[in-house]
Amino acid sequence: MALLEINDLCVRFQTNDGEVGAVNHVSLRVDPGETLGVVGESGSGKSQLSFAIMGLLARNGRASGSVRFDGQEILNAPPRLLNRIRAEKIAMIFQDPMTSLNPYMRVADQMAEVLTLHKGMSRREAVAESVRMLDAVRIPDAKGRVRLYPHEFSGGMRQRVMIAMALLCRPQLLIADEPTTALDVTVQAQIMRLLADLQREFGMAMILITHDLGVVAGSCERVAVMYGGRIRESGPVGPLFHDPAHPYTQGLLAAIPRIDHDDEELAAIPGAPPNMTRPPPGCAFEPRCPYRRDECAASDPALDPFAEARARACFAPLADLRAHRETVHLAEDEAIMPVAAFAGASPSTLDKP
Amino acid sequence: MTRPLLDVRDLRVTFHIRREGGLPWTPPRALHAVGGVDFTLNPGETLGVVGESGCGKSTLARALIGLVPATGQAEWIDGRDLLALTPRQMMTYRADIQMVFQDPLASLNPRMTVGQIIAEPLTTHHPGLSRAEVKDRVRAMMQKVGLLPNQINRYPHEFSGGQCQRIGIARALIVEPKLIICDEPVSALDVSIQAQVINLLIRLQRELGLALVFIAHDLSVVRHISDRVMVLYLGKVMEIAASDDLYSDPQHPYTQALLSAVPVPDPDFDAVAHVVPLAGDLPSPLAPPSGCVFRTRCPRAQPACADQVPALTGDDHLTACHFPGPLTAEEIARARRVEAA
Repeated sequence: MALLEINDLCVRFQTNDGEVGAVNHVSLRVDPGETLGVVGESGSGKSQLSFAIMGLLARNGRASGSVRFDGQEILNAPPRLLNRIRAEKIAMIFQDPMTSLNPYMRVADQMAEVLTLHKGMSRREAVAESVRMLDAVRIPDAKGRVRLYPHEFSGGMRQRVMIAMALLCRPQLLIADEPTTALDVTVQAQIMRLLADLQREFGMAMILITHDLGVVAGSCERVAVMYGGRIRESGPVGPLFHDPAHPYTQGLLAAIPRIDHDDEELAAIPGAPPNMTRPPPGCAFEPRCPYRRDECAASDPALDPFAEARARACFAPLADLRAHRETVHLAEDEAIMPVAAFAGASPSTLDKP
Repeated sequence: MTRPLLDVRDLRVTFHIRREGGLPWTPPRALHAVGGVDFTLNPGETLGVVGESGCGKSTLARALIGLVPATGQAEWIDGRDLLALTPRQMMTYRADIQMVFQDPLASLNPRMTVGQIIAEPLTTHHPGLSRAEVKDRVRAMMQKVGLLPNQINRYPHEFSGGQCQRIGIARALIVEPKLIICDEPVSALDVSIQAQVINLLIRLQRELGLALVFIAHDLSVVRHISDRVMVLYLGKVMEIAASDDLYSDPQHPYTQALLSAVPVPDPDFDAVAHVVPLAGDLPSPLAPPSGCVFRTRCPRAQPACADQVPALTGDDHLTACHFPGPLTAEEIARARRVEAA
C-alpha cells in the first residue's frame, strides 16, 4: 500500500489579481522508504503542493481533492488530527533554516518542545533525546551545542539542527523543500549524504522538492516534473533523464551546463514561465514548446501512462521527441514575447489576501 | 606578448570590525576579506571566479570598481593603477569597467523607466549627446540584448527576472566598456532562463570583444562561460588555470573537493564514489589558520603547511599548495573516515 496517495489535488489562491491556480489536478503516490523528487521552476507549484499536504496553506488558499496518508484522508482535516500527523508521521524541512528556527529559543528548548508536546516526555528526557538526535545528524559536541541559539550555528549546521528536529518523532515521511538551495556545494553534498544515511537508518520515505536536477539525479528513485501547476512527466529517475518524454523535461535537461563536459552552446528554452493568474487555455508549456501542434493551445493534455511506471502529459508523439533529441537544439528566441506583468507568481505574492 | 587589460597584484581588502562589548578605545579587529590576490586579465577574455560564500569573491569585484577601499595594485591596460586614482580620475575609467549585479530587480531603480535606466550611464559619461541620439542608442542596445524597443517606457516591475537581467546588461553595455564584472548574474534565475542569459552574455562578449570577470558559486556555469578560472578560499587564491585544464586536472586539494561536490544531472553517475568530503566548517575569517588557510580541512595537510604560506606558483596552471597534485585513493579514504567520525 502506498504511504502517501494524492488524488486530483488542486490549490487555488484568491488574490487581488484574481484567482490563481497554483496546483492543478496533481496525482502522486509515495511508497514506504522511497525517495520521490519533485522538480520545477519558481512558480511551478512544487512548494504549494507540499504546503497543501501538510495543511500549511496561506489563509487565502483553498485545497481540493484528496491526500491520503496510510489510508487516512488528511486534506482539510481538523487541526487536532493534523497536529498529530505533522511531526509524528510527516515532518518537513525548509530551504532557509534561519527563518524556520525560532531565533529567541535555545536549540534545546525548541527541540524538547516537540517531544514534550507529542510524546509527553519530561523536559530532562526530551533534552537527552534531542542531544542523541543532534549526534545522529553529526553535529560535533552536541551536548554543549544544544544550549546555543540558532544564530550561533553556521548555515550547514543550522540545516542539520532542522533535520534533527524534524526526525525527533521518527516520522514515516520527510518532506524536504529545497533543503540545500541556500548552502554551498560542499555543504550541500554533506547534507544530501546525511539525508540518505538517515533515511536508510530510520526507514523513512522522502519527498525532495528542488529545482536542481543534479541533486535529483543523485538521490531520488522517482521524479515528477512540474510546470504551470501540473505534473508534466513522471517516472523512475534513470529513464526520465536518459529518455525524457516531455518537451519541457527535454528542454530543462539541455539547458543546464554540465560540470563533466562542456557544450558549445546551451540550449535555452525560449520565453518565460506562464503567468498563473492568466494561464494559457491549453498546455501551459505550449507558448515555449518546439513541438507544439494545433490541439496544444486548445486543451491541456492529461497525464497518461505510456511505459512501465512512466507517465507524460503531451500531445506530441513520443517518436518526435526521440528523433529530435539528437539533432535539434531549441533555438534561442531573442525577441521576447510580450511581457506578462508579475510573471511567475511567487509564494510571497500569494500570501497577501 | 600582448599587454593584459588588467594586472592585479597583491590586492587586499581589510574590514575593521568593532569588538563586541569593547570599550571605545579598544582597537577593532581586522578582517581580511581579500588577502593578497594576484591575477591578470587579457582583453576579450573571461575569468571565472569561484569559491564558497565568504571566500571574498564579491568583495574582490567591488574592490576592482572602487566600491570598497583596497590596497595593492590593479594596473589598467594604459598603465594607470586603478586603486591609486582619486574619485574624479576614477570617473573616466568607470565607462570602461561596468558591473552586472546578482538580484536583477533590486539593482534597478523601480521609479525609473527602462529607457531612463539604460540611458543614465550614457548621459553621465557623454553629457554632450542630444536626446534623440541617446534614445537611438538605447533602442539599439535594447534590441541587442533581446528586449523589444517598444518596451522603453515600461517600469522594471513589469518585467520577469530574466528580462530584468537583460536590462542590467544593457545598462552596463551602453557606454561600450572594455570589462564587465558580473557578480552572480544568473544565480537568481530559473534554469531555463539562466541558459538564455548565459548565451546572451557569451554572444555579446564575442561581438563586442569584451573582457568578463564572472563571479558565481555554480561551478558548472563558470566552466561553461570562462576561458580561465580562479578558485578562492578565505580571501586567498588557491588555483588559477585555463577552464578545461582546471576542471579536468585540478591540482589543489581544495579545488578537487569543491569540484567533486557538484551534483551531476546523470542518474548513472556514482557521486558517492567521486566525492571528496571536506571536514568541518569554513574557519572564521577573523582568525584564519596560520600558513596555508586551507590546511585545517585538507586531507593532505602536513605540519609544514601550518608554518609557511604557500606561494602561487606555476606557468599557466598556478597553484598555491606545498604539495599539489591529484588526491590519492588513500587520501580520499582518509577524508571520508574523518567525515564519518
